[in-house]
Amino acid sequence: MTEQTISQIDTDIEDEVIPEGGWSIKDSIAPLGTFAVLLLIWEGCTSYFAIPTWLLPAPSEIAKAFIEWRGELWHHTLVTLWETLAGFALSIALAIPLAVLVVYSPFLRKSVYPLLLGLQSVPKVAIAPLLALWIGFGVLPKILVVFLVCFFPIVVATATGLTSVQPAVMDLIRSLSANQLQTFAKIRFPAAMPHIFVGLKIAITFAVIGAVIGEFVGAESGLGYLILASSSQAHTPVAFAALVVLTIMSIVLYYAMESIEKLAVPWAVGE
Amino acid sequence: MDVSDKLPHETKLSKRPADKVVIEKLHKTYLTSSGRTVALQDVSLTIGKDEFIALVGPSGCGKSTLLRAISALIKPSKGKILIDGAPLSSPSNQVGIVFQQAVLLPWRTVLDNVLLPAEILRLDLVKAAARARDLLNMVGLSEFEARYPGELSGGMQQRAAICRALIHNPSMLLMDEPFAALDALTREELGLQLLRIWAAEKKTIVFVTHNISEAILLADRVVAMSPRPGRISEIVSVDLPRPRTLDMEFLPEFKSYSDRVRAVIGHG
Repeated sequence: MTEQTISQIDTDIEDEVIPEGGWSIKDSIAPLGTFAVLLLIWEGCTSYFAIPTWLLPAPSEIAKAFIEWRGELWHHTLVTLWETLAGFALSIALAIPLAVLVVYSPFLRKSVYPLLLGLQSVPKVAIAPLLALWIGFGVLPKILVVFLVCFFPIVVATATGLTSVQPAVMDLIRSLSANQLQTFAKIRFPAAMPHIFVGLKIAITFAVIGAVIGEFVGAESGLGYLILASSSQAHTPVAFAALVVLTIMSIVLYYAMESIEKLAVPWAVGE
Repeated sequence: MDVSDKLPHETKLSKRPADKVVIEKLHKTYLTSSGRTVALQDVSLTIGKDEFIALVGPSGCGKSTLLRAISALIKPSKGKILIDGAPLSSPSNQVGIVFQQAVLLPWRTVLDNVLLPAEILRLDLVKAAARARDLLNMVGLSEFEARYPGELSGGMQQRAAICRALIHNPSMLLMDEPFAALDALTREELGLQLLRIWAAEKKTIVFVTHNISEAILLADRVVAMSPRPGRISEIVSVDLPRPRTLDMEFLPEFKSYSDRVRAVIGHG
């Protein structure tokens, strides 16, 4: 390659526009328009067929419930959000160190890891009633359900990531006689980060589901409780409003996770 | 055929300053599910200090295995390797390695990738950074030190990998088909660049390739290996003047070296 082609490559890279991951208003017009049309059809159908509000409320009824119940909704949202984030944080705090231990200890890898993979198949939400039986109806059993549903994806993703280092990189590091700590800090952990974020993004969507299931089993607050209570009393618009909040919460948490990922592992995003 | 007795380089032994690497009767066998595979059989080779050696041969001839044995990444089944007169037991920080793939760490900038060995060997990072910049300048990557590997072409990545192998100023450079994944033009340019570096900082280089012309263009001696079992068939001393240039490939001597190597490794 001559000097000339080197500078040519330079300008090629300078000129290349790296596509941004974010959304633009232009891209949002089509889905938002579709959504608006669907809401109008929904509104029209409920009034045309005279569907009773307790069975299927019109979007306008749901909007009304939003305004009338905003204080209640806010309170229950905070409870569910707290359960979700506390359980998620707890699972990160335990799952990542456990994955490190499993990868570094041949004994644990042989004894504990197969067990973990097996336990992954247990439907965690089915444990929720047992947790209620053991520790009651407070916030703690909900946090534990969230913890359980988040834990396994994070352990598996982290363990996979830590063992994903290319053999040639390990050769390079061995040829420099790097010690275990250097290998972990400089190679294995950074290499595992993109995998860990895959696990975290799966876990955060599970987390909201886990909190709601925990609340279904027995609770005095939270959006899951609100859905259960309001639909049993035929306050269906409130149940729908709570559902809308849950959906927004899931989306916001997922995109928050993705934003953190973009900051933490910029080299791996968009691969 | 035992050619080691009448090889031309043996007569020059006295001229060489010192032996950098002495390989004696090296064997390497692998146990696989299909039985024993002999990767290296009775390989003996002496590499002089600051000599440029090319190991050439078809796949399966054990050239990469031999290189990995010299780097102590694998242990030989039989035989021994002496580096600077001392038996080789563990990887030495006097060695820099370049692989076929650049294997740069995607989360580090080019400069930080080059500095990785200095960090691991706990060298003075201020001095190391100055050397890294010199090396990057030498291979024309100065403007790219803050870029990430993903933004670089394959040839540029491999240049950075060569800088990384040189950062701790090792006395020996081991290169395992370093240019095999590159296009022909980039390959030639990088080969000449490597020779310029080698002229500037004398080092012993062991260069594995399956490209006969590349081996002859770069090396002082071409070690031709043949497969099943992997062994040295002949060692060809290349007496082309230095600095080498690409048009030497059209010299009749070049062709006769090339024909000799081609004949012994059994590739038409």
